[in-house]
Amino acid sequence: MTAGSIDAGLSGRDPHTPESTLDRPRDYLHAQSTLRSWFLTTDHKRIAILYLTSITLFFIIGAVAAGVVRLALVVPNGAILNNDNYNKAFTLHGVVMVWFFLIPSIPATFGNFLIPLMIGAKDLAFPKLNLTSWYIFMAGALFTMISVVLGGIDTGWTFYAPLSTAFSNTWVLPALIGVTIVGFSSILTGLNFVVTIHTMRAPGMTWFRLPIFVWTHYATSLIFLLATPVITVALILLVAERAFHVGVFDPAYGGDPVLFQHLFWFYSHPAVYIMVLPGMGVISEIVPAFAQKKLFGYKFVAYAAIGLASVTFFVWGHHMFVNGQSDLASLVFSGLSFAVAVPSAVKVYNWTATIHKGSLRLDTPMLYAMGYIGLFVLGGLTGLFLATLAINQHIHATYFVVAHFHYIMVGGTVLAFLGGLHFWWPKFTGRMYNESWGRVSALLIFIGFNVTFFPQFILGYLGMPRRYATYPAEFQLLNVLSSAGATILAAGYIFPMLYLVYSIWWGRRAPGNPWQAKGLEWETTSPPPTLNFITPPKVPNQPYDYPIKVTETGGTPA
Amino acid sequence: MQERSALELWPASASSVAVEADYLILAFTVLTLLLTVPVFLAISYFAVRYREGVDADRDTSNQRSFLIEISWMLIPFLLTLIFFVWGARIFVESKNPPPDAMTVEAIGRQWMWKYQHPTGQSEINDLHVPIDQPIHIRLTSQDVIHAFYLPALRIQMGVVPGRTTDLWFKANRTGTYRLYCSEYCGTDHSLMGGNLTIMTQGEYQEWLTHSGAQQSAPAAGRALYESYGCASCHDPGATVKAPRLAGLYGSQVELEGGRKIVADEEYLRARILNPNENRLAAGYKQIMPSFAGVIPADDLARIVDYLKAYHSTEGEARP
Ligand code: HEC
Ligand code: HEM
Ligand SMILES: [Cu+2]
Ligand SMILES: [Cu+2]
Repeated sequence: MTAGSIDAGLSGRDPHTPESTLDRPRDYLHAQSTLRSWFLTTDHKRIAILYLTSITLFFIIGAVAAGVVRLALVVPNGAILNNDNYNKAFTLHGVVMVWFFLIPSIPATFGNFLIPLMIGAKDLAFPKLNLTSWYIFMAGALFTMISVVLGGIDTGWTFYAPLSTAFSNTWVLPALIGVTIVGFSSILTGLNFVVTIHTMRAPGMTWFRLPIFVWTHYATSLIFLLATPVITVALILLVAERAFHVGVFDPAYGGDPVLFQHLFWFYSHPAVYIMVLPGMGVISEIVPAFAQKKLFGYKFVAYAAIGLASVTFFVWGHHMFVNGQSDLASLVFSGLSFAVAVPSAVKVYNWTATIHKGSLRLDTPMLYAMGYIGLFVLGGLTGLFLATLAINQHIHATYFVVAHFHYIMVGGTVLAFLGGLHFWWPKFTGRMYNESWGRVSALLIFIGFNVTFFPQFILGYLGMPRRYATYPAEFQLLNVLSSAGATILAAGYIFPMLYLVYSIWWGRRAPGNPWQAKGLEWETTSPPPTLNFITPPKVPNQPYDYPIKVTETGGTPA
Repeated sequence: MQERSALELWPASASSVAVEADYLILAFTVLTLLLTVPVFLAISYFAVRYREGVDADRDTSNQRSFLIEISWMLIPFLLTLIFFVWGARIFVESKNPPPDAMTVEAIGRQWMWKYQHPTGQSEINDLHVPIDQPIHIRLTSQDVIHAFYLPALRIQMGVVPGRTTDLWFKANRTGTYRLYCSEYCGTDHSLMGGNLTIMTQGEYQEWLTHSGAQQSAPAAGRALYESYGCASCHDPGATVKAPRLAGLYGSQVELEGGRKIVADEEYLRARILNPNENRLAAGYKQIMPSFAGVIPADDLARIVDYLKAYHSTEGEARP
């Protein structure tokens, strides 16, 4: 295999002696090998792998739909896709990417795998419930796919009424029911995480010794628990109105269409933090490990996670400034949205300060993390533009919004996901991937992403509305540029899938702690045994106990 | 419509509010750069300066984190609040139309706009308004949610069934600009738009008196024809078996039972309002719904005008 820089770096740091294998239990991947042992497993690590495989599949479906959308937009007149098929393509893309990829992405895979390891537990609190969550997820997602097989849906992932309840002639009902079912999987996962973090910490693992990854997942789980029921109710009401004409949202039956938007965004804005917080957790693990320095302002970052998860419940109205909401409500929601930016910004400065005076290695996970910081900052600040009332009146529902949320969700979360995947890959699989390929993929994605989505900020400010199958000719050049970027981005996504899968069989065997990282998950073998630790762990140290310390001065709140 | 190049980098603006909104976003962009460029530079610099193996000062004993944290939380927040206030001011003004505003009623429906001027004239998709006069548009929808978007004025407003919403502006530059539907409303969402023409007072009065002639009638009629669902039965490619209407006007049609009749204007009107009355076209089933009470008189006139101008060269030849 490669004699890449990883090897050089490793031998310089800590010559790796293979651990004795004689009386060591088999690792979780090899403990059993029947199909049954995978599909009926209650091991959180195996369930994480089930999730990883299924969401990768959904990512591919969503990405193909995105490719179709970008292809269609190369010409302004809809010559490639007619309006109907275009609408179905972007709806499929949005539905799959949001509900079946992004929301479960980091929590259901890394969270499932790592939370017990990080807190020194044998498994989650409710292992069977954990498996049930996966089955519920798959049942709901596949149910939604029925509507795609039957002919598609054209409501957009937002399902606004009364378009979705009375006017769309597509297969809306299966999609609504499927997404509703998937919500229960989120709720159960959130419940499992909260109980686990409360009750299963190893001796010595106090709250302020928890890694930030666990803190952000705790905050995410609270959102799962508190917000998901609201979307469940909203979706059920849509089903009732579409199937039985129960008038809730459609004024033709005495309903109110703005009510649906309130319910929808009451969930879907916090859902943005379901996507963002776990990513922040991942970055907060990667950056200290590759700087070999304690995370700067640990407590602030932990509090910021909880703060974000709370304030995020009070800003949903920023999606409705121009949708018939009262002006006073708009003013309040705009102000609160500015306030929510503060704890987000804190984290970026904290990561930067962590790098300062560290001892940096620019390996693949770190490159992804640095890309994440850049794109996330841009996504966050353009979010402030959107929260500014006078600007929102112009760029609401244009490509500016499309660019903004892709910077957050793709530039942010997907980069964190890929960074985390490379960081913990040795732990998941016991193998190392080729380091130089990893760096190439990080670079390709960063470039491809910016070429794809930066032009969309300009398109939006020029006034190109989103969800447009046809558009005026003056927007064509920027659209072609964006589609060209998408091809680079596609290459950047396909490449890691190839070399990571390759490494499962042909990669160099990974040591227990290839990055000299701190945290309990690195103290066990790679991959870990079924019950995670050979000797039950104890936690005598502060978190992020890296060689380079930061002295937190007395003023820090306790 | 003025010529447009393939690549534009800044949208045209037609009001002082639009110009101020541009200043707002430019100033905000400057602040954004001030807050982020140092971070990006610092990350890049640190990445080089503190690489593993590079000899550097790594003494962290005098990093005072609490003060630093409070300041980098509060200073950017207070700076951005300036923009919250500025944006809110423009927004509040844009919500309160002055009393002397001229009110235009606008109705959105899948997939067309219809406007009614205070003097009674109506038009479809394209909107004509005078310069230097506050224009208050009262919006409502007859089906799903739409949104009325005027990029040259940097404003848009949701158009919601079951309620009215408002929008007002005072344009200060004549010209023809685009208007769009910006809330996704189904299949032809991207076609639900037209031109906003801002004209001098004199031109506007002129336009009002000749509004019937000036409105590009076939385009308006076509929009109505599609919006009322005629096209979904009568156009080539429809799944329903219905006669093509191109070239119908003035030709002789054979009705069920062998009766022949010339399709004049009277015939067209009668067919649309009351298709059942003993006038079934030969060889077809009675499935066309009656549009009496559905299509108001002015729209009916536009549809009939459209059918009169709808020659077989545009569509398929009549079978
Ligand atoms: C549900 C499908 C349907 C819709 C919608 C519909 N039509 Fe028809 N139309 C038919 C059918 C079928 C016929 C032929 C049978 C008949 O004569 O009633 C017809 C006949 C006609 C004729 C007479 C044609 C002839 O050859 O004599 C006219 C004119 C006409 N339609 C106009 C319209 C207009 C204008 C609209 C929209 C306002 C419209 N139709 C909407 C189905 C439809
Ligand atoms: C994880 C990754 C992604 C997520 C979560 C995501 C999410 C979304 C969502 C929610 C929408 C809105 C859909 C709607 O309006 O109903 C959207 C639209 C869009 N996405 Fe993505 N997306 C992702 C990746 C991509 C990629 C890689 C591309 C480009 C190749 C892309 C291109 C687009 C485009 C062009 C639209 C706009 C469609 C329109 O408004 O007409 N997306 N995306
Ligand atoms: Cu939001
Ligand atoms: Cu629309």
